[in-house]
Parts: sequence; C-alpha cells; structure tokens
Amino acid sequence: MVDTRVVNSSVMERKAEVKNLDFYYGSAKALKSVSMVVWDRRVTALIGPSGCGKTTLLRCFNRMHDLYPGNRYDGEILLDGVNILEKQIDPIEVRMRVSMVFQRPNPFPKSIYENVAYGLRVQGITEKSLLDEKVEKALQGAALWNEAKDRLKEPAYNLSGGQQQRLCIARAIATEPNIVLFDEPTSALDPIATSSIEELMNELKEQVTILIVTHSMQQAARVSDYTAFMYLGEMVEFNETNLLFNKPADQKTQDYVSGRFG
Amino acid sequence: MTAQPLKPSGKDLQFTQKKKARELKERVIEFILFLAAFSCVATTVAIMYILISESVLFFQEVSLVEFLTSKDWSPLFDPPGYGILPLVSGTLTTTAVALSVALPMGLISAIYLSEFANSSVREVVKPILELLAGIPTVVYGYFALLTVIPALQWLYLPIGPFLSNILPNIFPAELAGFNMLGAGLVMGLMITPLISSISEDAMRSVPINLKEGSYATGATRLQTALKVVLPAAASGVIAAFILGVSRAVGETMIVAIAAGLQPTFTFNPLESAATITAFIVQVSLGDLPHGTLEYQTIFAAGLVLVLVTLAFNVIGYFLTKRFRETY
Repeated sequence: MVDTRVVNSSVMERKAEVKNLDFYYGSAKALKSVSMVVWDRRVTALIGPSGCGKTTLLRCFNRMHDLYPGNRYDGEILLDGVNILEKQIDPIEVRMRVSMVFQRPNPFPKSIYENVAYGLRVQGITEKSLLDEKVEKALQGAALWNEAKDRLKEPAYNLSGGQQQRLCIARAIATEPNIVLFDEPTSALDPIATSSIEELMNELKEQVTILIVTHSMQQAARVSDYTAFMYLGEMVEFNETNLLFNKPADQKTQDYVSGRFG
Repeated sequence: MTAQPLKPSGKDLQFTQKKKARELKERVIEFILFLAAFSCVATTVAIMYILISESVLFFQEVSLVEFLTSKDWSPLFDPPGYGILPLVSGTLTTTAVALSVALPMGLISAIYLSEFANSSVREVVKPILELLAGIPTVVYGYFALLTVIPALQWLYLPIGPFLSNILPNIFPAELAGFNMLGAGLVMGLMITPLISSISEDAMRSVPINLKEGSYATGATRLQTALKVVLPAAASGVIAAFILGVSRAVGETMIVAIAAGLQPTFTFNPLESAATITAFIVQVSLGDLPHGTLEYQTIFAAGLVLVLVTLAFNVIGYFLTKRFRETY
C-alpha cells in the first residue's frame, strides 16, 4: 500500500494528548496507563479486538462516562494544553468542544433543520439568520445540503440510514468543535453509505480533528493518518497508519493486522 | 437402480391416525380462548345495548333538543327539567380542575423519575406513587370533604370578601362546604400517579442512544429531558393524558361526596355542582320504580358519559398515532 498522504511534520500540532490514563468502571479497570497524541486536523483511528477499551478511551475525550455513576478517570487528557479530566472542568463544556457521532444514526424526533441546530440552540444561539447560516454550513460540510435543502422541515426519520448518519455528522460539526469523535460510525450502514461517510471524513479533516473507533482494519487503513492498536485496555502500538499496518513493531499488532486473531 | 435411494421405503410412509384427534383438541382450546376474549366484547355490547334501549324510551318522552339545550336538570321534581347541560358542566369543570393538577404534576414527576432520580430513589418513590393509585376513591372523597375543602375555606376566608366585592358573580364571600375546586384538586392528586407512571414508562423506553446523542452536544439533563426525551415519548405521554381525562370524567365517589349534588349550570369551580356520575349514584341509591321516566334518566345520563369518554379516547387514539415515533 502506497501512502499518498503527505504528513508535513513542521505544521503538525498536538490537538490533544493522553497521558497515563487509567479508567475504571466501578472497580473494573478498563484502561491501563494509556498514552497517545491526537494530531490537529488528522484522522486518528483506534483499533483492536472487542473489549480492548477503544470505545472506552473514545468516550473519555468527551467525558461521556460522567453520565453514569461509579466511573473514574485517573491521568490526563490535555485538550489544547488543558486537562479536561480535572474535577472542576464542566463535562458539558467539554462536550461543546468535543462532539460525537455514534454507532447507529441517532437523529432526534425533530425536523432535519432542528437536528442540526440542536447543538447550536443548546449553546444559546437563538438568532435566526445565524442559525440558518450555521445549519447550511454544517449540512454542506456533511455533504447533505443538496439532498436536504428543500426538505429542511421534514422529520429526520424520512432520511435513509446513510443520510441520517450524515445528518448526525452535520449535527456534530455545526458547533465547530475542536475534535469530532466517531464511534464505529459505519457499522450500521451498507457499503455505499459507508464509502460516502469515509470520503466525508477525508474532507472534514481539513477543518477538524477526527478520532475514530473502528472494527474494520480496512477502514482504519483507508481513512486514518495515525492508528492506535489497543489490546486488553493497553495501548500496544501507536504510529502512522501505514507504518503500523506495514511495519508493526509489536508482535501482537503484527498478529492482529494480519488477521491472526481478533 | 440409481434413482431408487431417493424414494422412501414403504415402512417410512406409515403415519399415525391422530390428525383428527389433534385437530379436535386444538379446536376446543381455540374455542375456550375465543370465549374469554368474546366475553369482554359481549359485556361491552350488552352495556351499550341496555344504555341505548333505555335511552330510546327516555327520548320518546323527552325531546333531544330539550335534553341537549335546557339548563335545568331536575328530573325528580315537579315540574321536571331534563337538560343535561348542568351535569355536563359539572363534569367538565371538575375534570378541568383535576387535569390542571394532574398533568403538570404527573409530567414533572415522570421527568424527575426517568431522567434525574438515581435508581435507589426511583425504587423507593415509584412504588409509593403507584400505591396512591390503589387508595379507594371513597377515601379520597372524604379526604376532599373533611380536609381539603376546610383548608381551602380557611385560605379563602381572608380574600373572599375582597374578591366578591370586585367580581360578585364569580367569587362568593365564603367558600361552600361542597365545591368543585376541592373535589377536582383531590381528583387531580388521585390521577397524578396514573399519568406519571405511564409517562415515565414511555420516557424510559426512549433509547439511550438518543439521550447520549443529546448529551454529546453539551446538553444538560433538563435540556435532554425536555427537548429530546419528551418529544420522543410524546405518543406515550399523550396516551397517559387521555387515560387521565377518561379517569377524571368517569370518577364518581370523590365528586359525589365533595362536589355537592345540586345540578347547577356553571363552570365556576368555586361553586358546588353535580356531575353526571354523581347524579347517577344519587338516583341509583334511591328507590325509583323500574320503567319510570325518572329511572330512564340514569341511562340517558350514562349514555352521555360513555360518549364523552369515547370522544376523548378517539382523540387520544389519533393523537397517539400522529406522534408515534420510530426510533
């Protein structure tokens, strides 16, 4: 596989950095001293077998774990230099900066327009013209504008599965977040919808940093610039995607990417 | 010979002769199940038949126009009046008072229980709330008459004279010992658990996926509850409301005990008035001779009650359909 992406390290900035992160579901330790870097405006993929902690790690970035009692973080995730896991940091403000796209499309029972405007309204934007502008921009960003512009008032459930997922992406980028988290965003979609979402991610990374959890190694190879391989809650290997897939340093990574287990 | 192995041998074609017996058994079971289901339908049809047939006799004596437009309901007096409007106004007023309590309280407690309360609080509060629904309505009736209405009278005492000076048509100087406000408030308390419980079930069945989608945008619990969970559960919440309305319209003991038994055409909850149900109870308790016009008034009133409830159920059916969401 020839990597055509040029990674120019001189302009690369660290968007986020995970430092010695432990995570506990109650007393069960799900992440063990995980460290990694998320580069600005790049796609970073998290791969590994089921139960390896990749989704757990992803959900640390927007502190989704705070919604449920008994979860505990230990360590740091620096977002633009600020540790977002600090007790005094409001998870709600974190989520306004780090948005998320889920495994299954989850549009709200509202119109297409209101779905995209949701995060903006939550942030207190009420001005109609500003909302219109940002909704259009987000829908364009999610490559849904042409299909949706004449049916903005229609319920979001009228859209197809792939369109619904792009709507959820529009909702996630409408607030111009620092990072967008994708949690296996194509696992409920057919191959055509999947490739349109992958293309979209390729375009989006011009604007925004992307972190994606995926079960599919092919997908990680296709969309990501960097890949982290996790196993049993530990970060086994983190490297540029083509290096990780072609010249894995660790035997476990070698076994996983060559399909020997997982 | 090559085709032979595919043909089953004669011995395998021996079937038992139990088909008839099995079919008969299934027929019998099916019939028993049918009887159980049919008995409900039959009861409903029988009730409707009696209501309508007795009402037909009633309407041979009393014109439909008088029944629907006259504001005088005094079938037991001389000269009798046969206008249903006072009973309808009493029913609608007590229902409105009850719903003005039960809808907000039921909905708020449902939101609290489904979205805010942690599981240990919910496990204690929910059964207690549902216990409220199990208290006999006659107890609620006496609670209204002996506790709530005296409390209302006490509260009203200082402001009554002042209000009755300004708007004497609406505000009496003193609150009557029977009034629709007290009865309606208690009826509202009685319906609250019903509305809360059904709404909460609807809200809790909203997929976690949808709630997390809202939280992920930075929404608070309240924003998520009001803007995502409530709209997603709309069909269930509306069903709860309609059930609450039906319950209030059909409620008998509380209004019979605490709202007064004088049929008065009024929508003022501060006054006392009789509801359709209260009238039926009052007359049923007396010893009216079978077949008299007075006797038939019960059925005419009962028919109106059934139709009002039916109307709300039909509205509820269409609203529920309109708001049904497929996640």
